[in-house]
Amino acid sequence: MPQSLFQKVWSAHAVRQLADGQTQLLIGTHLIHEVTSPQAFGMLRDLGLKVAMPHRTFATVDHIVPTDQVAEPYRDPLAQAMMEELRRNCAQFGITFFDRATGKQGIVHIVGPEQGITQPGTTIACGDSHTSTHGAFGAVAFGIGTTQIRDVLATQTMALAPLKVRRINVTGRLRPGVYAKDVILHIIRTLGVNGGTGFAYEYGGEVFDRFSMEERMTVCNMSIEGGARAGYVNPDETTFAFLKGRAYAPRGAAWDQAVARWKAVASDPGCAYDDVVAIRGEDIAPTVTWGINPGQGISIAETIPDPARAKTPDEKSSVEEALAYMKLKPGSPIKGTHIDVAFLGSCTNGRLSDFQEVARFLKGRRVAPGVKAIAVPGSQGVGRLCAELGIDKVFREAGFEWREAGCSMCLAMNPDKLVGDQLCASSSNRNFKGRQGSPTGRTILMSPLMVAAAAVTGTVADAREVFGVTS
Amino acid sequence: MSLSKITNVTGRGVTVPGNDIDTDRIIPARFMKCVTFDGLGEYLFHDMRRNADGSDKPHPLNDPRFVRATILFSGANFGCGSSREHAPQAIQKHGFRAVVAEGFAEIFFGNCTTLGIPCLSASRQDIARVSAALEADPTTEVELDLVGRVMRWAGQSAPVAIRESAREALINGRWDAIGELLEGLPAVKARAGLLPYLAS
Ligand code: SF4
Repeated sequence: MPQSLFQKVWSAHAVRQLADGQTQLLIGTHLIHEVTSPQAFGMLRDLGLKVAMPHRTFATVDHIVPTDQVAEPYRDPLAQAMMEELRRNCAQFGITFFDRATGKQGIVHIVGPEQGITQPGTTIACGDSHTSTHGAFGAVAFGIGTTQIRDVLATQTMALAPLKVRRINVTGRLRPGVYAKDVILHIIRTLGVNGGTGFAYEYGGEVFDRFSMEERMTVCNMSIEGGARAGYVNPDETTFAFLKGRAYAPRGAAWDQAVARWKAVASDPGCAYDDVVAIRGEDIAPTVTWGINPGQGISIAETIPDPARAKTPDEKSSVEEALAYMKLKPGSPIKGTHIDVAFLGSCTNGRLSDFQEVARFLKGRRVAPGVKAIAVPGSQGVGRLCAELGIDKVFREAGFEWREAGCSMCLAMNPDKLVGDQLCASSSNRNFKGRQGSPTGRTILMSPLMVAAAAVTGTVADAREVFGVTS
Repeated sequence: MSLSKITNVTGRGVTVPGNDIDTDRIIPARFMKCVTFDGLGEYLFHDMRRNADGSDKPHPLNDPRFVRATILFSGANFGCGSSREHAPQAIQKHGFRAVVAEGFAEIFFGNCTTLGIPCLSASRQDIARVSAALEADPTTEVELDLVGRVMRWAGQSAPVAIRESAREALINGRWDAIGELLEGLPAVKARAGLLPYLAS
């Protein structure tokens, strides 16, 4: 019987059924970072357990690292303590740690693919909900909690029930100035923030066939914002080309065997899905959020929703709550909304192509007076490539602060934070209340080029108009 | 490892109304700068409960009538967003032993189950009925019966639902999977040996 990639990967990694009916699932690759792992190592020690497969566990530091200070100790002693705890845990248990000194440090979801650790047909777990990013390679990747990190450390497995699979086809072409970020914001807006509950999303269709790996990662990254536990794209030549030659990718004869396996793991033609959704690429516009969850999005041409026009009492109260927090006026255009901060980075949009695409248009432009604009490469590797291509210079000359790699203002566990009720045009993935470090700070999610358009105009703007995007 | 069998949770309740309450709201990221979970209870719903100067905002958890509540009631898609276990840990450390909501985000649900915190779904109407009873008399005892899949309070009752595997794990004292997972280690090694990328 034809099978989906999810089913194939699941059955290849299913160890046995547990008493409660869940599956003991083998996790091929375990990624860890400093925020969610220390307590798991603590539990491991309390139970007197070892790490089952230290060679399949990889660590990086991303959430708490300052992006304007490289030398330790960090100004924040708590951040320094977390850094040292991770170092100690990795040393004690024999885990590879992409510490800053290795030059390979960065956001965990950028480092895995960059190093070639993220591979098709594998299972991946990480104590971070955006682990779905790795699905871009045809891996089945789960965000997990700290107790599960302990489970994976101790046994290289976790208890999990299988997911249903929803195929999302994006057909046709995207219009100029429409990016992968718009695709996923559009999908979440269409299917809802909990529309994916119980599902893994399989993304496909012509738009995904043409997408680069980095674009696929942007979409898979935000699967969780649509409530899907995982999201993936079937591996193809684009996937293989990306992986070839990377540090942890197979070489020589092993490479050819791996490619053969990877081809075979893709969903079979005619396999059954639990649900299928079709979206026309042409229908997707540059999309921005106006509310306090990633599903509250509109096209840049639309007006801010009016609670008076809500279809249900529930919708009405959620629109009211969001507008009160966002201090936005119902019925007015989102375009032209004044911004204070522009943030370009995160595991959603902190990759080379994101900065490259923006630099193409930013050259010769200036950040509007009064706007704080920061660009944060997702990894040291991305930072180096940008430097080689002179991209950092374009950003600096435009008035952006160019920073060191980390999560930065995506969740503001480091010193990069909004202040008061500042409004931030952000390329990150969450616009929750207080997400960017100030309990009253406000976030509007958008594509990197839209962030740049907001930075140079000081308002939420249509990047196509600001930069004359035609291709 | 022997775990308690969680067949029943009885206690007072408090309702934190709203849908899509995300884990950033349950525990803001700045309180995750820690290497243990101790002390997180204090920061539960912090930014909803406190002003910038540290003074209290009006919030059900600040209401002295509900300080002894051990069951948390809320709306749809509770616990969405980040996978941070800091969220259920904060809920537990604050003294809650169960959550009843219209629905839960999956990672949050799983994290709670693993800590022995039952997450039960109930209809909006039924949650509103319990909330009204609690409002009228905060000393009302609510009983969550996982075996009978029902909640009872003040002579009333309503059905609750929970994914069968989680219910099974809770009522049989198997909610922390580590023991069982460790027993499976030989089978894990065998399975890994069949996968070329792990065989090396
Ligand atoms: S960039 Fe943001 S979403 Fe991504 S891992 Fe870091 S904090 Fe999480």
